[in-house]
Amino acid sequence: MVERIFPARLDQLEPVQEFIREQLELYDCSPRVKFQLDVAVEEIFVNIAHYAYPEEQGEATVRCCVGGDPLQVTIQFLDNGQPFNPLKKQDADTSLSAEERDIGGLGILMVKKSMDAVDYAYEDGKNILTIQKSIHKG
Amino acid sequence: MTITKRAEGKKLTIALEGRLDTTTAPELEAELNSSLDGVTELVLDMAELLYLSSAGLRVVLAAQKRMNKQGHMTVTHVCADIMEVFEITGFVDILDIQ
Repeated sequence: MVERIFPARLDQLEPVQEFIREQLELYDCSPRVKFQLDVAVEEIFVNIAHYAYPEEQGEATVRCCVGGDPLQVTIQFLDNGQPFNPLKKQDADTSLSAEERDIGGLGILMVKKSMDAVDYAYEDGKNILTIQKSIHKG
Repeated sequence: MTITKRAEGKKLTIALEGRLDTTTAPELEAELNSSLDGVTELVLDMAELLYLSSAGLRVVLAAQKRMNKQGHMTVTHVCADIMEVFEITGFVDILDIQ
């Protein structure tokens, strides 16, 4: 497992995505899965940067591990912010018209629908969001 | 992201190139806010757009809402990965994708 700590700021989005891309370089990961992971990483990291630390500057720890058979990538995001489970939020209603649509909830919905597994835990004062994706699928 | 605009009368084509994400979405939002007065036909050309996250979806939705009031919006040349984003989020039902 590889771990790196980033300031929980929006300007760190590109470095976080690059860090995950580097971990996948050795593997035969399809462009579609890379795209989906890129989006999932953005949605989760941006959520932390926006909401985890409303009053002070904080950090996000990103862990990445590739292994198993079938091969899958596991990515964890840890922060010390207020306990917040983004998975509990009601999914955006994707059947509404443009006028009725709200802008919230789409990011986490994409994470849920594009990853194989998404899990939240609060342990030792940390929010831990874990995503898993098989990297050889279409 | 590179934004290229082409106006023909009341029709405006905005071509997007690169990544429409949390970092770049405000650029498109500003561009749309300053360009849509009097436009009745808006085309978002995504031929060179490689990436779209929820931050981009928000701006696309805002553009769709505005164009519903003043004309029509079309989204063109959407790649398979971005089409999947539109499908997952139900945007296929509210956008005119050609």
